[in-house]
Amino acid sequence: MKQLLERHFGKAWLVLVYAFLYLPLVFMIVFSFNSTRQDARFTGFSLRWYEALTRDTKIVEGFWLSLKVAAITGVLSAVLATFAAFVLVRYRRFLGRTIFSGMVNAPLVMPEVIIGLSLLLLAVGAQNLFGWPQRGMLTIILGHTLLGMAYGMVVVQSRLMEMDRAIEEAAMDLGAKPHQVFFLITLPNIFQALLAAFLLAFTLSFDDVVISEFLSGPGVNTLPQVIFGYARRGINPTIYAAATLLIVTVTVVIVSYAVWVARSTRKREREIAAALKS
Amino acid sequence: MALNIPMPGKRFVIGVPYGWLILFFFLPFLILLYISFVDMGGDISPFKPIWDPVSGILSLKYENYLAIFRTEEGAPLFRTLYIDAYLRSIWYALCTAVLCLIIGYPFAYFIARSPASVRPALLLMVMLPFWTSFLLRVYAWKGILADQGVLNRLLMSIGLISEPIPMLYTNVSMLIGMTYVYLPFMILPLYANLVKMDFRLLEAAYDLGTTPFKAFWLITVPLSKAGIVAGFMLVFIPCVGEFVIPSLLGGPENLMIGRVVWDEMFTANDWPRATALAVIMIALIVIPLALYYHYSSDPAEKR
Repeated sequence: MKQLLERHFGKAWLVLVYAFLYLPLVFMIVFSFNSTRQDARFTGFSLRWYEALTRDTKIVEGFWLSLKVAAITGVLSAVLATFAAFVLVRYRRFLGRTIFSGMVNAPLVMPEVIIGLSLLLLAVGAQNLFGWPQRGMLTIILGHTLLGMAYGMVVVQSRLMEMDRAIEEAAMDLGAKPHQVFFLITLPNIFQALLAAFLLAFTLSFDDVVISEFLSGPGVNTLPQVIFGYARRGINPTIYAAATLLIVTVTVVIVSYAVWVARSTRKREREIAAALKS
Repeated sequence: MALNIPMPGKRFVIGVPYGWLILFFFLPFLILLYISFVDMGGDISPFKPIWDPVSGILSLKYENYLAIFRTEEGAPLFRTLYIDAYLRSIWYALCTAVLCLIIGYPFAYFIARSPASVRPALLLMVMLPFWTSFLLRVYAWKGILADQGVLNRLLMSIGLISEPIPMLYTNVSMLIGMTYVYLPFMILPLYANLVKMDFRLLEAAYDLGTTPFKAFWLITVPLSKAGIVAGFMLVFIPCVGEFVIPSLLGGPENLMIGRVVWDEMFTANDWPRATALAVIMIALIVIPLALYYHYSSDPAEKR
């Protein structure tokens, strides 16, 4: 009886919280197809907001800029995260290790306002000294990478820690040079984590408003900045259309990543089982 | 064990991320700290150098910090715009963390107790909204909570209310938005903790005649303390500095410290004041974090 009650309460709670989590997404998808600007009433199906979206040059330009920024941020973050994770996992002792691990993790807890502000001050300082860099895409990428690297590091670090080092030692014993070991053994082993780090940094960058607001220059506006500008003014179903496209893309990417991970894990397990049998 | 295989590239491997962080994390922070101790500049430069170029005298200015704590008349009453904004930020962050805990704890618990085969799918469903744009999800709440929004219309059509309740641009809409955004940050550490719990302990307690409620309080909650604390910190800390959600869903009376820093920087153009506010904000975040590490880390883990 008690167990039954618990089970029903549990199911109801799960359903309610999932409804809470998905309500805004469903709301935007439904109203992106609305025929009028009316927000609370669905007046009929239309694609006019999607059409408006393609004609909105600010949004389209912002999208391409954000895509570029996010792609470069993703790659830079994944590379730097691998370096940082490698240092933290493999080098137990070196000068300033505590400071290093503190600095890597700090962006995780620093408010974005502070990251943005301090990097803005650096950019302004550098500009006064060297006349470079202009505030714009480059400075935004730097800011996003600081954040993306910290998040990516957590992912790569946990993968590196659980990796079996015996295979690296075996490769070394068989005469492989350190860089060969890294590229032929270590890298393929942590590739899944690298991809996750890339995706995480890409998403963070593609979504970031605050750091971009601090670091962008005149006329340089990422997609979230454009949306933030619109959002402060009022209701605009064009944004719902953009949101719907984004939701569909993210769902496809995340679900296929999850399926790919599950499949390759199963494949690896099968291979290990087969290798053990023979 | 040959764990430390000599690597000729060790310097390079350490140097790249170290250099990057010194240049783009440590140096900017030093500049921030520096500007918080100087005078506001004239028309050309936003701040004056710390040393007087004529006399060469070095002078630290505490004025930026004092101004934060001083009321208009000069009496230190601690009820300034800035102090209010700090207290408000901490208060809303606390409320959000508590709300997330109340909603998230049973949720994480029931996921942890569901069959192992469905758990990955349930978790993926928590992560999915988390991966879609946070800005857009906050924006959607604007349309839901508006006076003529979906929620008010729904409540009116079922006759629960006769005229719309103003929800948008109040602390209600802001707390809904913050709880919504930060809920996954609470659920995930709680789940990671609860899923490792040995539920046979609960069965043993039942067998010995404990009520489920008592068993929950005496066994489940104490065992998941680490998860609760971790989730609480993960929600509380970013909420203190939250900028976007108060801007979109909060009203003018919900001014939070992130916004104040922004306004000082770009509207008032008072860089020294903005940086001093930021330095205090960092202190506000570092202190609970330091306490957390101090009390949470295992003595055995400390190196």
